[in-house]
Amino acid sequence: MTETIKVNMIACDGHGVCAELVPELIRLDEWGYPILAPSPVPPYLLKHARRAVTLCPKLALRLEPDRPR
Amino acid sequence: MSTPPLTSYDGRPRLLAGWAATNRPANLAEHARANGPLPAGAAPHLVGIVTAAGLRGRGGAWFPTGRKLSAVAEYGATAGGAYVVVNGVESEPAAGKDKLLLRAVPHLVLDGAELAALAVGATEITVAVHRGTGLAAALGAAIAERAAYNWGAGRTIKVAEPPRWYVSSESTAVANFVGGGPGKPRDESAYRYGVKGKPTLVSNAETLAHLALIARLGPDWFRQAGTAEAPGTALFTVGGAVHRRAVYELPVGATGNDILRMAGGPAEPLQAVLLGGYGGSWLAADALSLPFTPESLRLLNASPGAGVLVALPAQACGLAETVRVAAWMASQNARQCGPCFNGLPAIADDLARITWGRDRTALDRLRFRLGIVDKRGACGHPDGVVRLVATALAVFADDIGRHLAGQGCAGLWRPPVLPVPQPPDVSEGWR
Repeated sequence: MTETIKVNMIACDGHGVCAELVPELIRLDEWGYPILAPSPVPPYLLKHARRAVTLCPKLALRLEPDRPR
Repeated sequence: MSTPPLTSYDGRPRLLAGWAATNRPANLAEHARANGPLPAGAAPHLVGIVTAAGLRGRGGAWFPTGRKLSAVAEYGATAGGAYVVVNGVESEPAAGKDKLLLRAVPHLVLDGAELAALAVGATEITVAVHRGTGLAAALGAAIAERAAYNWGAGRTIKVAEPPRWYVSSESTAVANFVGGGPGKPRDESAYRYGVKGKPTLVSNAETLAHLALIARLGPDWFRQAGTAEAPGTALFTVGGAVHRRAVYELPVGATGNDILRMAGGPAEPLQAVLLGGYGGSWLAADALSLPFTPESLRLLNASPGAGVLVALPAQACGLAETVRVAAWMASQNARQCGPCFNGLPAIADDLARITWGRDRTALDRLRFRLGIVDKRGACGHPDGVVRLVATALAVFADDIGRHLAGQGCAGLWRPPVLPVPQPPDVSEGWR
């Protein structure tokens, strides 16, 4: 099953660590808050995405399993 | 013929029938006479009945009520109980339909809440009402009346008054407040994690009033009014340049012109209407001939939302109106989500520079920011402001050209059409 990266925007403080770790999936807006790729994380980036989830200082990121369609 | 043919909708108000006749609140005896006893026996089948009726939430999202009920019932069964919140907070400055409904037919709303509580397995209900309106006391009296006459399904009913911030009437914010927290939105939906962590049905007051009638009269009766996708009647709060500003009940599917006609028609030539609420959409006057349903207006990025309709006269400035509302909405954020508390003031500022400052660079920047801020908050507050401003750019496109060219706009100096309340400010707090 594929997974997509999600953020709890209430918890997010805009540290920006995530965009450094997986720029392929996450960029920052003009105020420093993450803009996430809406599509499932491709397999070759899963390790990096998991690292971003673990290293977020506010624990605001998560990987959500996509619902099978 | 084994079943008699259904009569079609007679055009009379359903929720506000008693109010239309007497113009005063219905007490319990009058409610009982008009509607009959609480049909507690319908509760086990209520999800099916409401689903068959096709009832959709009248708080703004028009989400199928049957699906919400079944989700709360399902999560509640595994979580060991559920909770019911009647959302009558109505922090929309241009809306008055829930305040009127709670005042006029409190027992209809409370019956709906009790039936919904039976259906989802909740023993407790909280009715959340607009602070400082006297509604809390009126509801308290209605609840005492029910207890005195042993009316209802024996659910415990309390009343709460969340702060008057715009975002405090959002469903997760109301559940958060009722559970003892601040009246701020949360990241998790109330139907999974609501009051004190319980799966919670947060349902609009008007939705529950419809539900109370559906439980008594059935899905076929409900579907006599409205469209196939959005059956029933709906309440509209009509304001702005009309002859009689008030709340009106019409079948869903009524056109914008039908709704304005109920309000005595336009008081002067119109250029546009604001539909849904302050997180709603501008519609040009030529859209008034369309049915005002979620389906019919989807391509125009509009929806009846919470039933707010404000008529904008041709002489007013739609841009100046939108600047004031967008700036007020920006001030009403919960300071929780970065894209919202940074983005909304930036969007309001861009639009002000276009409207007042002939700033051409602001237009490109605004378009970019609308795309960036949309859907980036935990709740729908930023999305609503994005929709308001995006539809303003479309409907008032000619005005933008004139403003940027520095041509005069007489409408800039007219008194505002859209009301922007003074409170709440910081003194309101979040509890």
